[in-house]
Amino acid sequence: MNVLIPSNLADYTGQRHRVAASGATLAEALEDLDRRHPGIRFRICSEQDRIRRHIKIFINGGQADGLEAPVAADDEIMIVCALSGG
Amino acid sequence: MSRIATATPARGSVALLVGTRKGAFIVKSDPQRRRWRLAGPHFFGHIVHHMVLDPRDRRTLLVAARTGHLGPSVFRSTDFGRSWREAKRPPAFAKAQEGAKGREVDHVFWLTPDHISEPRAWYAGTSPQGLFRSADGGDTWDPVAGFNQHPMREQWTGGEKDGTPDGPKLHSILVDPRDPAHLYIGMSSGGVFESRDRGASWQPLNTGCRADFLPDPFPEYGHDPHCVRLHPLAPDRIYQQNHCGIYRMERTEGRWVRIGETMPKSVGDIGFPLALHPRDPDTLWVIPMDGTSVWPRTSPGGKPAVYATGNAGRSWRRLDRGLPRAQAWWTVKRQALSADAHQPVGVYFGTTGGEIWGSTDEGKRFACLGRNLPHIYSVEAAELGR
Repeated sequence: MNVLIPSNLADYTGQRHRVAASGATLAEALEDLDRRHPGIRFRICSEQDRIRRHIKIFINGGQADGLEAPVAADDEIMIVCALSGG
Repeated sequence: MSRIATATPARGSVALLVGTRKGAFIVKSDPQRRRWRLAGPHFFGHIVHHMVLDPRDRRTLLVAARTGHLGPSVFRSTDFGRSWREAKRPPAFAKAQEGAKGREVDHVFWLTPDHISEPRAWYAGTSPQGLFRSADGGDTWDPVAGFNQHPMREQWTGGEKDGTPDGPKLHSILVDPRDPAHLYIGMSSGGVFESRDRGASWQPLNTGCRADFLPDPFPEYGHDPHCVRLHPLAPDRIYQQNHCGIYRMERTEGRWVRIGETMPKSVGDIGFPLALHPRDPDTLWVIPMDGTSVWPRTSPGGKPAVYATGNAGRSWRRLDRGLPRAQAWWTVKRQALSADAHQPVGVYFGTTGGEIWGSTDEGKRFACLGRNLPHIYSVEAAELGR
């Protein structure tokens, strides 16, 4: 599947904003993403496997509530960081 | 202050390691400390709470960083900032059991090199209050279970209403230079705690210290130490700038004695930071702030000053030559005052208004070493020795 990476995580992906990952759930996809781009997962999810407060993850345009959401090989995962604050 | 204890004054260049709300900066002096050059930013856009040079090799830098939206991390450089690598396993609490809420590190707040006999080991303190240790130069971090899983931890640290507005913190991790197993920590809130077994067990160390915001003003724990320092050459001498005043403890006596009541009444003894003279256990510097009414937390009356004592707090003298005379409403945070190890000692601080001030004569005269930086969280004076 494709994973769309926001600019503030692009240091982990060599400045690529569209990368590949695989897995049957969002949790597995993020684990695979972290194998390919070490360190990225902890910036997105906490040690309690919760998506961080200012981050949203969309699967094919629908917001994922948690990491147990199922994903398929042709899905598109979009990671969005809030751009609020000074 | 992170340096190896020595009675010999340092020589050579000093680097001020500056953590700000938008990145890290390094202000480096010439060997005479006459000229200062600002370099950076490193980690532009990151919130940098602390940057510390390893005094054991004088090359390794560790940085506690996060952004407003991403999770917290630690970065390390083994070439004094020319290149950086992120920790493979940053500080993180243990995964909670199924159904339990579990704690999450919001940010890494404090970094302390371990004892000189543990050359690659470091400690980190976090918000919310957590203690972590790395044995490999900051690359991987493990929870110190003796504190993080302590059955009294919830009572010691209080609930969500306790702590500072941007989160309760574990700070002031102190390692006794005589004994690597002997540790102190400060918590806002929680108080000062001590371990004599490398963090396996902990005891409150708050006797004599006020907590006048609690029903019992002298409780066993629940205090708000802002900054705790241990003297490297007299490790039984501990000082703290607390929410409720300035205190000194002789560890052999085990009781905090308030030494801030000798400050001028119009200034008071509320503040965030405290810095010690590297060789004289009776000399220290504080920067008072306005702790009246709603706690503006600015320099009292808009007239900033450093206060120094040379007799362990029996008397204080105001040091403000070179500082703004009026209408300067900034704050100096708990990690943002530091002293070097030269003779005479250099005293440096950074402000929430983005200015770095320094004195190379123990505070007799200050000069602005840099301005227009972001809100400053921390300033560490590091000896480069070259």
